[in-house]
Amino acid sequence: MALLQINNLHARIEEQNILKGVDLTVGAGEVHAIMGPNGSGKSTFAAVLAGREEFEVTEGGVLYEGGDLLDMEPDERALEGVFLAFQYPVELPGVSMNNFLRQALNQQREHRGEEPLSAGAFLKRMRECAALVSLDPQLMSRSVNDGFSGGEKKRNEIFQLAMLEPRLAILDETDSGLDIDALRIVADGVNALRRSDRSFVVITHYQRLLNYIVPDVVHVMADGRIVRSGDKSLALELEEKGYDWLREEAVAA
Amino acid sequence: MPTTETEFLHEVAASEYKYGWETNVEADTIPKGLDEEVVRLISAKKEEPQWLLEWRLRAWRHWEKLAANPSEAYPRWPHLTYTEPDFRNITYYSSPSKKPRYESLDEVDPELLETFERLGIPLAEQEKLAGVAVDVVLDSVSVHTTFKEELAELGIIFCSFGDAVQEHPELVQKYMGSVVPYTDNFYAALNAAVFSDGSFCYIPKGVRCPMELSTYFRINQAGTGQFERTLIIAEEGSYVSYLEGCTAPMRDENQLHAAVVEIVAEANAEVKYSTIQNWYPGDNEGRGGVYNFVTKRGICKGDRAKISWTQLETGSAITWKYPSVILKGDGSVGEFYSVAFTKGQQQADTGTKMVHVGKNTKSTIISKGISGGRSNNSYRGLVKINKGAERARNFSQCDSMLLGDRCGAHTFPYIEIKNPSAQVEHEATTSKIGEDQLFYCFQRGIGEEAAIKLIVNGFCKEILAKLPMEFAVEAQKLLDIELEGSVG
Repeated sequence: MALLQINNLHARIEEQNILKGVDLTVGAGEVHAIMGPNGSGKSTFAAVLAGREEFEVTEGGVLYEGGDLLDMEPDERALEGVFLAFQYPVELPGVSMNNFLRQALNQQREHRGEEPLSAGAFLKRMRECAALVSLDPQLMSRSVNDGFSGGEKKRNEIFQLAMLEPRLAILDETDSGLDIDALRIVADGVNALRRSDRSFVVITHYQRLLNYIVPDVVHVMADGRIVRSGDKSLALELEEKGYDWLREEAVAA
Repeated sequence: MPTTETEFLHEVAASEYKYGWETNVEADTIPKGLDEEVVRLISAKKEEPQWLLEWRLRAWRHWEKLAANPSEAYPRWPHLTYTEPDFRNITYYSSPSKKPRYESLDEVDPELLETFERLGIPLAEQEKLAGVAVDVVLDSVSVHTTFKEELAELGIIFCSFGDAVQEHPELVQKYMGSVVPYTDNFYAALNAAVFSDGSFCYIPKGVRCPMELSTYFRINQAGTGQFERTLIIAEEGSYVSYLEGCTAPMRDENQLHAAVVEIVAEANAEVKYSTIQNWYPGDNEGRGGVYNFVTKRGICKGDRAKISWTQLETGSAITWKYPSVILKGDGSVGEFYSVAFTKGQQQADTGTKMVHVGKNTKSTIISKGISGGRSNNSYRGLVKINKGAERARNFSQCDSMLLGDRCGAHTFPYIEIKNPSAQVEHEATTSKIGEDQLFYCFQRGIGEEAAIKLIVNGFCKEILAKLPMEFAVEAQKLLDIELEGSVG
């Protein structure tokens, strides 16, 4: 059974249709890249999977581990192992990283019927996960994303991914705004977190991230649909030819 | 789809007041109503000296004049809507009738002790663990004072106002009314006429008070107005941190609370005054609840004196309160740190006045207002730089957070500058609790209630951090309780 099975997913915001029939199947342990031009619906797709309220699903369905994902509240989805690395991580002034993550982690443990992590074990784990993405442990006593640099915010997302150990990680343009060194750190972090029981959906505009995170499958999204799927060579082809030829195909279809 | 935070707050607003019960302690109450006889009766019951009776009577006559012309005298400028209290239908004095003084805890009415236990402030434990001297004011008469002797060794006087009148009349006579005269406002006049008891604190020259001094107030007698009077005197070079925390049982009718707090800080003295106010806010329809009309003011009399007000205001149906500092001494410092949280139909109009008189005086105002339900939360502040206040500086920051879309946040800053060398900064922000912030929390598995608590606590953090340690913990607990609903 696939971890994630999406059938004919349609979604809109206000009166505007954005997703117009997305089909996608992600198996356990697989890494899928979703590429596509701006405005093709990539970020909406991520937001709908995470349960953002502004988007209304009008047709189609999403099975996650065999259950109806769309029927679950956003926090329930998170507790069931769906993680979204935000394109624009949100600042929470006055809420320390420590406090935030301890709550997140302990809610998850409670959900699984486990005891809260001891303070010592929590700190140890935080240090290990921070090292994974070269995040300064000093940031843990600061407010969530408050005053973080662009690169720190993105690394912070991958750090949280490492802490929360999801089964499905969706990375929404995690590479945008990163210089090549930061990109490498993020990619190395993700690669270290690849496991046979953890799947990734990596949304990106550029091919270069895929030099570091090598996907099993590459999909191209255009006008709210997946118009082409292939192996990693598809990404290189896009790099060379751009998106226009696919967009024309999509319109013609 | 999840409920919106507005719905969440409706549930919060519907949650019952956690401290709503009544203690059945026998009480000695005088008949309702207010006239000269009542003022005389209160003074006689407290066996007060003649000078104090005369002062009360002058205050009472002044109040009578004001009350005769309410459109002039009654403070109607705040952003508050309510029915003015019926001053003829209030009981002006009440004290627990069982033996009002105790040598040890064993003699205290067990039910009274239980009340404090339920409030989470067991006296016995506090004595041993926290090292806090507590002057408990239940309604009007102090029933227990701890650590008095230890403090006495340092020359510190910490006692009920009534005791101070008996034992240190010269100090009371010298300072009472010197910061807040009875002519100051309608409620200050009322308080001066009928005040029942309160706390008195004197720190001698050069003494640093070794413990936090705290007083727990509690309105307990049905229909009893509570008129506390607090006087704190810090002599040259002394330091004291004073805590005041309040909860009150549930009531159907409105209860009037009109307290007066006066602080005098001499040269190089520092007084830190912290408050947690959690009186009954009324029910969801706006019935009942405490009317809290308080006049709090301190004067930095000497050079380089410092007075800080820190408050967490979560209770009361109506709050009208502006803890202020008169910066008279050169180089003196005034601070005001406030969190005001309103929900249901609560209304708060609170802020501060910083009056710069001396040279190089400095004031800081940081105010955080959080409004939910259909409540209204206003910041009102005056920064006044007098002509002689060379190089005075002020920084003001007022942030408001709205929870939901039926509440209001308002900011009324007043700035009067009469000296061109002044530097005054004012920053104000209003934000709705962010959908983005909530969603970020949800996505990490943090549910709606926990997420709102987290974000609100974060918003208030810099203020709560100003409270003394044990109070800060209590304050955060209180905020969490206030935010609690039946979600999940």
